[in-house]
Amino acid sequence: MSPITQQTWQHWRLRYEDDGLAWLEIDCAGAAANTLSSEVLGEFSQVLDALDARAPTALVIASGKGAGFIAGADIDEFASFDSVAAARGFVERGWSLLNRLAAVGYPTLALIRGHCLGGGLELALACRYRLAVDEPGTRLALPEVMLGIVPGWGGIKRLPATIGPMAALDMMLTGKSVDGRKARRLGLVTDCVPARVMDAAARIMVLSGAAPRKLAVPECVLRYVINGPLRGKLADKARKQTAAKVVRENYPAPYAIIDIWERYDGNVLAVPAGEPAALEALFASPTTRNLLRVFFLQERLKAFGKDGAFSPRHVHVVGAGVMGGDIAALCALRGMRVTLQDQTVERIAPAIQRAAKLFERRYKGDARRVRFALDRLIPDSQAQGVAHAELIIEAISENLEAKRSVFAELERHARADAVLATNTSSLRLEDIACALQAPQRLVGIHFFNPVAQLPLVEVVHGEASDPEVLRRAIGFVRALDKLPLPVKSAPGFLVNAVLGPYMLEALRCVEEGCAPETVDAALVRFGMPIGPVELVDTVGLDIAVAAGEALAGAGAKPPPRLLKLVAEGKLGRKSGEGYYRWVEGKAQKGEAGAFAPELADRILAPLLAAAERCVREAVVADADLADAGVIFGTGFAPHTGGPLQLARSLGKTRIGTEPGIG
Amino acid sequence: MTREVFIIDGARTPFLKARTGPGPFSAADMATAAGSALLLRQPFAPEQLDEVILGCASPAADEVNIGRVVALRMGCGDAVPGWTVMRNCASGMQALDSAVANIRLGRSELVLAGGVDALSHAPLLFSEAMTRWLANWFATRNVGQKLRALKSLPLRHLAPVVGIMKGLTDPVIGQLMGQTAENLAFKFGITRAEMDAFAVHSHQRVVAAQDAGHYADEIVPLIGRDGTVFAADDGVRHDSSVEALAKLKPFFDKKYGRITPGNSSQISDGAAWLVLASAAAVERHGLQPRGRIVDSQWAALAPAQMGLGPVHAAMPILQRHGLAPNDLDVWELNEAFAAQVIACLRAFDDDDYCRQHLGVEAAPGAPDMARLNVDGGAVALGHPVGASGARIVLHLLNVLHRTGGQRGLASICIGGGQGGAMLVETVQ
Repeated sequence: MSPITQQTWQHWRLRYEDDGLAWLEIDCAGAAANTLSSEVLGEFSQVLDALDARAPTALVIASGKGAGFIAGADIDEFASFDSVAAARGFVERGWSLLNRLAAVGYPTLALIRGHCLGGGLELALACRYRLAVDEPGTRLALPEVMLGIVPGWGGIKRLPATIGPMAALDMMLTGKSVDGRKARRLGLVTDCVPARVMDAAARIMVLSGAAPRKLAVPECVLRYVINGPLRGKLADKARKQTAAKVVRENYPAPYAIIDIWERYDGNVLAVPAGEPAALEALFASPTTRNLLRVFFLQERLKAFGKDGAFSPRHVHVVGAGVMGGDIAALCALRGMRVTLQDQTVERIAPAIQRAAKLFERRYKGDARRVRFALDRLIPDSQAQGVAHAELIIEAISENLEAKRSVFAELERHARADAVLATNTSSLRLEDIACALQAPQRLVGIHFFNPVAQLPLVEVVHGEASDPEVLRRAIGFVRALDKLPLPVKSAPGFLVNAVLGPYMLEALRCVEEGCAPETVDAALVRFGMPIGPVELVDTVGLDIAVAAGEALAGAGAKPPPRLLKLVAEGKLGRKSGEGYYRWVEGKAQKGEAGAFAPELADRILAPLLAAAERCVREAVVADADLADAGVIFGTGFAPHTGGPLQLARSLGKTRIGTEPGIG
Repeated sequence: MTREVFIIDGARTPFLKARTGPGPFSAADMATAAGSALLLRQPFAPEQLDEVILGCASPAADEVNIGRVVALRMGCGDAVPGWTVMRNCASGMQALDSAVANIRLGRSELVLAGGVDALSHAPLLFSEAMTRWLANWFATRNVGQKLRALKSLPLRHLAPVVGIMKGLTDPVIGQLMGQTAENLAFKFGITRAEMDAFAVHSHQRVVAAQDAGHYADEIVPLIGRDGTVFAADDGVRHDSSVEALAKLKPFFDKKYGRITPGNSSQISDGAAWLVLASAAAVERHGLQPRGRIVDSQWAALAPAQMGLGPVHAAMPILQRHGLAPNDLDVWELNEAFAAQVIACLRAFDDDDYCRQHLGVEAAPGAPDMARLNVDGGAVALGHPVGASGARIVLHLLNVLHRTGGQRGLASICIGGGQGGAMLVETVQ
């Protein structure tokens, strides 16, 4: 009787080779990516039983999906728990299963190709060896902190033990991912190999009997000291660094991670219920709810592109200023061929320079990829690219007549099926579209500065916009790996419409004698990534005046000091001085004065009101999308869940009474 | 009937003079930038090319088949073959001729062909002796062996060989290209003053053509990673004068020679491309031909006389078509050296030379200066070896269109003792 060589569950496949080496593939049914739900964990327990019944010589765990190893625990399931007991049960189950995996008598190896996140990395850490595949898509991270939770399945214990506490705390507290090569440098994986030899390498490594990683003697000593006498010192240092970024009452999770590592041997289940690092406290924290909500909002924005995958091979960008140039660079970075048009080569040159810097930064010294990206970005002072492009974005200055003549010209030479888009932030789409024979072809694709950093892109539909064109514009935004937010053509769309009144109110406070430093400190303390006055300086004071006029109509009065600074040529960061003096891209700030929480409340009030108005006037489809747009477009304090969620929690709004997610 | 070969379009980079150290662009960078811009203005997609042929005399060691590298970098896709041809100074013209041959044979319909070189990137090499020593060094196994090897290293081995000087030396007769030009100056009694005057004339013609915008039309400006724009050939001197040139010292035959850097072509980086198509491709893609390559010829002569190559290559074409030199509306004769161009003109006028070497009864007469290199040449523009042969065909066609001419001949001398020539007609 021949032995059974293959055994299949719904989400797992186990196969024995003749020499007893077992391959276990995770392939979650009905899902694009592998996630660890209760059901998948339950089956994993059965898999371990089966392996106990017939011990393999060694075990390799790999993904059966084309893309990705394991994306983490099932967030949908986690978010659905309505009691802390349910959450605790889920954590307990994963914790003990992975402990069981770590204790098996045969050598184990996780073959990591593609994303390996959260619970997925915790599973890999419970294996004796980890082998990464050398591809750009291979990313390893413990991103729980970004959801306001902590790695509960042994990550806080095993990651520091594997790569040392300093690197481990950095990864866990920031949620940052590392690629295969970095993971090898850190000692997080034993090796990082090309896909063509991954199976052979996995087999050789798991059967080698070698220690997963040999530590040099000095490192052993260092480990010993850090894990012993220095542990408390290191924890204090990490707390201090964390405090420089976020406060505990807004973001309890990073502090909890440090506590759990320092005092509870990485086991969140061991933290007594009364402690701030306890599961109970995290579960009860509004931040956790809100960050989960932000995660789901992000998934919702991503899903907009699902029914309209559109990755143009050739994009033409008109206008090589900061926005146009950076949009073109982003397209080239994502593999598209881009022609960048402006009146002269000299106007295009600074954009090429910035693009070269971006590529060098993003490709981290991979000279070949930098070169290919630059090859894809073609200066085009003769507008030759118009006739070839599948999508054309105009990003010239905000002058209606100029834009109209650009589009009239574009329409004559562009392909009939090319998407025509404007990056305008202050003009009405309809006013531009009327220059076209077919006004329904025009949509807005509104990027934010700096293009490479800000995740949100507003996709603007005018009264006449063709839904098919919109669908493709949204698909394009997804192809750039940005988050598309469909908005109606209305002054300022969503993001600028909420930022304008907010910045104006901040400037009014300055006008009334409050120091810019104090205003900014109050809002940073609230959780904004950058103070509103510094934001005005960054955007440019002239732009702020122009946008203010466009948004509020010519009747509204800008603050006198703003006008005076503009008249003096003090335009903010770009001119070296605005409300602040700028040296080497940094605002020179004095000490902030004392402030009461009411200061932030006052400056935020117009923002909340504007967000509410945008929902009422259907600029965005619903309150959740308004929150998503404001968070991803402005960096609005994510722990609040967004402006409308904040207003709701403060009982200050009538709209959006539907329960939040989670 | 032979299949016609049409010139659809062409473009080149500015020719950038080699100054101290490697220039801002590699050979492949230049060919990619000019080629991408040229392809962008075509109605067909880069993937629709049948092949890419690139002439290059000194590709980088890691890009020996630079033609394929550039085809991929231009976005021609995996399925368009790319290859590299090498015939020294005529590599670019050889690429065109290879394209012509394949189109006439029906093997290709649509070809991107041209030439490139970035001589400022020419490497420093180890000498043979040093290479042998290194091979021994890598084979040493222990400290004792290493020490012994180090002791046996003569310091002179460490002196690098300048790659470009190797490239510009004829390996058969051991003469520098400039020394072969000295041979011609000696043979035809060409004085230093004549050469310098010719050089000044070349600069003046290039300046005039630049001022009139005649070069801007064929040049694709380059943008460096630091944002610097290179829009024009930068070797030309507005202040060139016979007096200034007279001050330069002879370079190739030191002390006693006549050839100086001032009356020689400049060492430069550059690339030039043409799109060539069959009649079928013209029809399929709705192309507008600007000209046609009617005939081409290669010839060879003694390596020490290599500068006369253009005469040897031009004569058979003139004979086949029953033409005298001045029947052609425009001539391009690549200016490797002022002395070498003057020597070619003397040879065309010299009954003895033509009888002895070209087998004709009487000299056909030299083309007059009004139709020769009307916008100047390599002495002022620079001579990125592999690119020049393609540049002169491209420019010849542009001059024909500008002046309303119909027929022209582009010719070039080739290190090693060869010459190439190409007869071009406009298509209205």
